[in-house]
Amino acid sequence: MTQLALVIDLNVCVGCHACVTSCKEWNTSGPAGFMSDDNPYGPAPTGTFFNRVQTYEVGEFPNTETVHFPKSCLHCEDPPCVPVCPTGASYKREEDGIVLVDYDKCIGCRYCSWACPYGVREIDEHQKVMKKCTLCVDRIYDESLPEAERKPACVLSCPTSARMFGDVHDPQSAVSIAIREEGGYALMPEWGTKPSNHYLPRRKTRMHIHEDELIRADNPLKKEQREHAAPVEAPTLDDSTSW
Amino acid sequence: MHPAFSVIFLTTLIGVGQGLFLAIFTGQSYSAVELLPLEDSVQFYGTGAMIALLFLTAGLIASVFHLGHPERAWRAASRWRTSWLSREVIALPLVMALVLIFGLMHYFGWDTVLFTSKTGARLQLTLIVGTLGAIATFALFLCTGMIYAAIKFLQEWSSPLTVINYLLLGTMSGFTLATAFASYAAPDLTHFFGIWTTIITFAAFLSRSASLIRNARIKFKSSMQTALGIRHTQIQQKSMGFMGGSVNTRDFFHHKTRLFMRSIKWLFLVLVFPLPLFFLWVGMETGNGATLLTAFIIQYIGLLAERWLFFAQANHPQNLYYQTV
Ligand code: SF4
Ligand code: SF4
Repeated sequence: MTQLALVIDLNVCVGCHACVTSCKEWNTSGPAGFMSDDNPYGPAPTGTFFNRVQTYEVGEFPNTETVHFPKSCLHCEDPPCVPVCPTGASYKREEDGIVLVDYDKCIGCRYCSWACPYGVREIDEHQKVMKKCTLCVDRIYDESLPEAERKPACVLSCPTSARMFGDVHDPQSAVSIAIREEGGYALMPEWGTKPSNHYLPRRKTRMHIHEDELIRADNPLKKEQREHAAPVEAPTLDDSTSW
Repeated sequence: MHPAFSVIFLTTLIGVGQGLFLAIFTGQSYSAVELLPLEDSVQFYGTGAMIALLFLTAGLIASVFHLGHPERAWRAASRWRTSWLSREVIALPLVMALVLIFGLMHYFGWDTVLFTSKTGARLQLTLIVGTLGAIATFALFLCTGMIYAAIKFLQEWSSPLTVINYLLLGTMSGFTLATAFASYAAPDLTHFFGIWTTIITFAAFLSRSASLIRNARIKFKSSMQTALGIRHTQIQQKSMGFMGGSVNTRDFFHHKTRLFMRSIKWLFLVLVFPLPLFFLWVGMETGNGATLLTAFIIQYIGLLAERWLFFAQANHPQNLYYQTV
């Protein structure tokens, strides 16, 4: 079985919101109709978005770290939002695991948004139907696009390549390898939703320098031998033999 | 959660309708086994069922305001296998239809005695329709309660107490109205309904208090740490990604102070339980219908506050992601 999903690398994301704008641009011009955007330049802009980038501060000054955190529908493998829908408008596709809303069936009762713990379903206040990330289902299979562009708009637009897209059920896919080898994790595992989207944690690249790497010493393999009582600054035996 | 008035009215109004129907039906069952005198069909059973239907219809109308596309509401009956909301969408019209049939049969006297036992108990056709109606009414209470109790991460709701509260509070308000109605239409039943109302009110008080106590001590499973997957005790949101608010900030939080919440709690505890009981008692003693009606109106207003708090008290884990602009 295929389960398409995103893998988002928090170590790389710089919080530029390029994915947010490209997502809105692609999806508001799509066949499903516009996405609400009220007072975009006013004091209280509001509207429908599939994808949001949030910012968190971890730790206490001065030991803080800023984490930019993109969040969209995680296309859960066991989505609590689907069975609660009274009309069947919310469904999970068999063939690729994408969770979608049929805008022609949705009655706008909001029950599915209550049943998603992640707050990624937003009712469109003009069309009165529930909206959420479609993983750009209208792009990724479009054969009129060059193969390299058959990816979600957010993945293509990310300037730092913090977003990866692929089949998380194929153990050899780039996303599966990244999850496996870079410590990919799921959000709120306590609810058993089994999110398909994964996040890669912040990783620190640290260099360990030991003292004997800074101060020259005799070959440690010969440590048990008796040493010449010589100051360390003086040329050592290695200096004269190891060239 | 943000308490939506459409849902507050829907749940309280159909609660009254269901409770009133159960009360009328209880009255008839008692008279079938001759514990109570049989009342006039038109005046009491027929009219009572119509009043119940009125409340159920008003609830249905309120629910329409909650939907974005009410013209498609018929579709909502299709997923009854998985969705409690869908089951409610089926159960509500079913209850309304049975209450209507029950009322019409009494009104026009379409009734026969099917069977009389040696002791004199009569099985009437209306009693069978009434039994079906009562079963459907209980099913509707179950559906309404489970809509909320089935969402496991809304921990305040995810408990059998939610279903029990819907059942008891709805039945209680219906019985209060039945007492007032009886004082006009069948004065000899006033005490019968009054005593049942008192019993159910006490039961409802116990179960609603139990849920208040449970909610006050709840331990939340989700936290900033699980929401972000970052292991640190100090995590602060600096931006939710937008400035002017969105559905996520409007639909899932009540935006009221703790003091306001606490006042609503005490307000409903007084308006739903002791005050109506007092008016009920005075009304029963004096046989004054207006006093009994006052008891019902006060209790209904209290139930609106109770339902408001029921929604406002539920903490949705998505709020972890929406804390600071
Ligand atoms: S993230 Fe929410 S909306 Fe998306 S599949 Fe999971 S539960 Fe459903
Ligand atoms: S809002 Fe639409 S998609 Fe969501 S549960 Fe209601 S009908 Fe289904």
